[in-house]
Amino acid sequence: MKDFGRIPAWGVAAVGVGAVLFISVAHAMATAATDQLGIWQQVWGWTPLILFGPPGVLGGMTLNILISFLAMVIGTMTGVLLGILQLAPAQIVRRTAWGMTQFFRNSPWLVLLFFAMLLLPFELRFGGLRVPVPDWLKATLGLALPVMANLSEVTRGAIRSIPEGQWESCEALGLTRFQTYSRVILPQCVKRMMPPWMNWYALLTMATPLVSIVGVSDAVALTRDALAASGRSDLLIPMYLWLLLWFGLYCYPIALWTQRMERRFAVIS
Amino acid sequence: MEWTADQPIIRVREVHKSFGKVEVLRGVSFDVMKGEVVCIIGPSGSGKSTLLRLINALVSVDSGSVQVAGVEVHDLKLDKIALRGKVGMVFQQYNLFPHMTVMQNLMLGPLCVLKKPQAEAESHARRLLARVRLEAKADAYPGQLSGGQQQRVAIARALMMDPDVILFDEVTAALDPEMVKEVLVTIRELAQDGMTCLIVTHEMGFARGIASVVLFTDHGIIVERGKPQEIFDSPSDARTREFLSQILH
Repeated sequence: MKDFGRIPAWGVAAVGVGAVLFISVAHAMATAATDQLGIWQQVWGWTPLILFGPPGVLGGMTLNILISFLAMVIGTMTGVLLGILQLAPAQIVRRTAWGMTQFFRNSPWLVLLFFAMLLLPFELRFGGLRVPVPDWLKATLGLALPVMANLSEVTRGAIRSIPEGQWESCEALGLTRFQTYSRVILPQCVKRMMPPWMNWYALLTMATPLVSIVGVSDAVALTRDALAASGRSDLLIPMYLWLLLWFGLYCYPIALWTQRMERRFAVIS
Repeated sequence: MEWTADQPIIRVREVHKSFGKVEVLRGVSFDVMKGEVVCIIGPSGSGKSTLLRLINALVSVDSGSVQVAGVEVHDLKLDKIALRGKVGMVFQQYNLFPHMTVMQNLMLGPLCVLKKPQAEAESHARRLLARVRLEAKADAYPGQLSGGQQQRVAIARALMMDPDVILFDEVTAALDPEMVKEVLVTIRELAQDGMTCLIVTHEMGFARGIASVVLFTDHGIIVERGKPQEIFDSPSDARTREFLSQILH
């Protein structure tokens, strides 16, 4: 994205969104009846709910962030493993890993989410112990699947970009395959995997509102509920713009950090 | 079979190797005695690198036999790790691990494969670094070293495993001319200390000076074999003569 002088493009976009918000709020205030609560106060009033969920319950924006964290952790662990398995010596392992990667990579995330909600059990039983599995956790696992598949490809690409000579000299020294991966290959992969990994995290975060469709009370679902409760159509634009701003506030620092990582990686290589 | 010093340390018999449809080695046989320095010369594609890689089982044979210190290399139940402890290799592209310091590069083999204690591996590494005159670079990263220095570290890394034989695969071919000499000097010192060396090289002057035996390969077979003076001064085969006339000018 092009920067405007020293102001990053994202900053300009944020200012633009803020300006539109201000204008629509001002317009609504000017046209609102004087004995009704102002638009701005209304939006502010709903904000704690949208950010933190109903009192005593996990929800809202914090739930979006939690889901993105967990799905990323699970997706990373399984994805890196799957990527390594795509390069295993045994053909059946390679093919299975490849099949799983392609399947979850080429499926719409929302459909995978539906499957996860439907197929995963609502509670787990260990002997006599019953552990409920909350909806948001099922949704997290559902989102972890496409992340896993895409990180599998990122990992496979990173491993294949390591020069063949590294493998040869490990073999010549007598290192086992496991030692070669853990001591030589994967450490060199980490750096080259950082930019696409962070990119996938940003994409995942912006995909978390999908969970609002399957009944999880995240920020988007609560915004929708709040709008329904207030019954006022002039709150629509301000509330959704407000939501956008909050998401941007979270994703923008990540985008900046990603850019800095990419620059650092490019210089060294 | 117990190996004794009067038997060849490397014995290659009638080895054939193809990659897909291309037959790279078409019946190669030779022996190497302990302490010998064998230089293998020949045009590109004649199978020299493949031949080296057979000896430490980086590449498998299609038919024929390769024995190192009495052990059949092509045995499927072969303990490859034990073999690689006996046979070290230095590559054209050095292949140092860029994310580790020189010391870590040197100690990786002894720590992970030979399971040596840390202190022993470290002191051995420092001794070898002194031997290749790079003690000052112990904590440097490969990216901070010149090509010649990296190659000398690679030689030290191979020596860390206490091998009986070291294979050198065109180790000066990727170096700038001014750095070739320092590496050749290092190899010469190794050979003079009694290390058995198999050297694939294009450096004819070096080969002539250091080799006890020179093998000339072409199109997957050993065309001629003999002492350096015989091969370089009075080659008997026409192909040898043609190759040498192209190389030496």
